[in-house]
Amino acid sequence: MNNTVKRPLNGGVEDDDEDEADGADLEAWERTYAEDRSWESLQEDESGLLRPIDTTAIHHAQYRRRLRALASTAATARIQKGLIRYLYIVVDLSKAASETDLKPSRMAVIGRQVEAFIREFFDQNPLSHIGLVTIKDGIAHCLTELGGSPESHIKALMGKLECSGDASLQNALELVLGYLNQIPSYGHREVLILYSALSTCDPGDLMETIQKCKKSKIRCSVIGLAAEMFICKHLSQETGGTYSVALDESHLKELVLEHAPPPPAIAEYATANLIKMGFPQRAAESAVAICTCHEEARTGGGYTCPRCKVRVCELPTECRICGLTLISSPHLARSYHHLFPIVPFDEVSQTSQNGSSHNFSSDCFGCQQSLLSQGNKPGLSVTCPKCKQQFCLDCDIYIHESLHNCPGCESFRHSNSVTTAQ
Amino acid sequence: MPSAPSKLYSDDVSLLVVTLDTNPFFWSTFSFPFSEFLSHVLAFLNSILLLSQLNQVVVIATGCNSCTYLYDSSSDKNHGSTTGSMPSLYSDLLHNLEVFLAGDQQLAKPRVNAAGGGAPPPSLLSGSLSMALCYIQRAFRSGPIHPQPRILCLQGSADGPEQYVAIMNSIFSAQHSTVPIDSCYIGSNNSAFLQQASYITGGIYYRPPHLDGLFQYFSTVFATDLHSRAFLRLPKSVGVDFRASCFCHKQTIDMGYVCSVCLSIFCEHHDKCSTCGSVFGQAQSNVPSSTDRKRKA
Ligand SMILES: [Zn+2]
Ligand SMILES: [Zn+2]
Ligand SMILES: [Zn+2]
Ligand SMILES: [Zn+2]
Ligand SMILES: [Zn+2]
Repeated sequence: MNNTVKRPLNGGVEDDDEDEADGADLEAWERTYAEDRSWESLQEDESGLLRPIDTTAIHHAQYRRRLRALASTAATARIQKGLIRYLYIVVDLSKAASETDLKPSRMAVIGRQVEAFIREFFDQNPLSHIGLVTIKDGIAHCLTELGGSPESHIKALMGKLECSGDASLQNALELVLGYLNQIPSYGHREVLILYSALSTCDPGDLMETIQKCKKSKIRCSVIGLAAEMFICKHLSQETGGTYSVALDESHLKELVLEHAPPPPAIAEYATANLIKMGFPQRAAESAVAICTCHEEARTGGGYTCPRCKVRVCELPTECRICGLTLISSPHLARSYHHLFPIVPFDEVSQTSQNGSSHNFSSDCFGCQQSLLSQGNKPGLSVTCPKCKQQFCLDCDIYIHESLHNCPGCESFRHSNSVTTAQ
Repeated sequence: MPSAPSKLYSDDVSLLVVTLDTNPFFWSTFSFPFSEFLSHVLAFLNSILLLSQLNQVVVIATGCNSCTYLYDSSSDKNHGSTTGSMPSLYSDLLHNLEVFLAGDQQLAKPRVNAAGGGAPPPSLLSGSLSMALCYIQRAFRSGPIHPQPRILCLQGSADGPEQYVAIMNSIFSAQHSTVPIDSCYIGSNNSAFLQQASYITGGIYYRPPHLDGLFQYFSTVFATDLHSRAFLRLPKSVGVDFRASCFCHKQTIDMGYVCSVCLSIFCEHHDKCSTCGSVFGQAQSNVPSSTDRKRKA
């Protein structure tokens, strides 16, 4: 297939359109205006046009505070992030999920948030697995088994979004317990329950099941959609999870996405291991080969196991012939910026600039934007403590939030050779 | 709503950021002279600017000791004039290139003395890619109407495995902001980094078979704007080399050991992870799996 088809042609523009379309779906009286107070972020310019208030300085200050907080937490809990997670998402589809306190219904909102969560989860936890369980009519049902492909989970969930009957916490936990007890010892076992009901209809003693979860080191977290329940709180406290109740859709989104970044690994919960892995090459688009997963001849795509040279269709997977874990190496590399974070840049203070103006460069090293504010006076800028290059505030944010490389450090070899020599 | 006109505008107007490999160690051993290569590139860049007066071209040099901006068609600092024998693109770019090459050489001197030869150093692709992305973010910031950015890597020297993490970071950032990275690689073996970059970001990777016709390849494959690409039959991928670099020896490997705590890649078995310090349990050659057990049974 031609991969040009999938590519969004004009970046941000399309996203904006989608958002607008989202809002347009609702009737005017269903939209919320009270929250965003959009009129407060406007000001009039000289010509009387409305413009958004210039908040760069404020934003940048906020960003630096966030960065510092992140750096300090990273220093204490450095790197030790259990990155191989086995997570079951339990979705309550009892009749309480048809309530319309969230628009259009709790169920639809949950579906949307779980979809967003699954995508974010695999972005942040490339080696991890998710499984989906639904509760309906007092029975827990396994929708998808633990797997690494976001699309298959989302498809399965979207096809099953209908609700009826009671919820049963115990049945769900017992089912998940059975599956999670089989996973390798280095994996982190987690359950995330999205619970709409205010009751649970169980066949036995729920407390016993909670103790079993605790013993199996399964971290159970619950997000309630109605009101706080003692049993949910008890479950999460016992197993080291979190419990929260969503106030509205945006709060729910926040709560769900809190579970996407890996929780700090507790040493006793998982043992560190070296796993042997293969990084298969992708075959030419026109190549024809027989794959081992479907056992038929296929054109294009496909990956070749580096050990036994057999063809598989999708990654991550396990080679069916030699058993080697096959993974796409970019998947691993996505998390490397956690391992090698770039240091926060130093703010160039106004006074030091005046003192040693010869050190001040007039353009941002990254984007070539002028660092001079009006009247040719040096504006706000930052400098990398390692390579001493100067950057504008926008680049500072971009470099730390998205790029995770210092362009200055990357483009001077002598800085590298000095560090390796020492 | 301004979306309709902005779409029309952004589909056809390109911001092309070119990273130009100037590594003297590569060009001195390569069969095709740099000056000839440069003349193909300059003709190509000129043709991009002539396709639309709103098109914008930025050239960044990928040296082996430093990287720098060589040319920006939107900059008002271009001092050259079109009145002479050369258009300003040529005179400015060539002037800056000369200055850069001299500086790059200067930086190389103490290093060569210290290292005493060995393998030729790779170009600093991670640096020029990072700079290109910063520049493109500036274009995104300029408002809702901006030209469609893309990156074209003109690369000849081999991959530098020590840049692996930095290059991957750049690739993901480009993917995140939907900036395609096109690569024209002229070296003898395929570049795994550029293959991955183009595959992940949806750009085109192409290795021209005949360097004499370089301008033709440039103008038919890499000159097309993103909107038009959907209608063309561009060269299909000849496969992607997904090999990674190990953290211990900076070697390119297709099989290795991965730390389950931090995902660091090693080419051989270690007792302790050098990145995160985890001490590994029993030497485990493979993940115990259901299929494994079934096969044994
Ligand atoms: Zn195999
Ligand atoms: Zn900048
Ligand atoms: Zn730096
Ligand atoms: Zn190694
Ligand atoms: Zn590690």
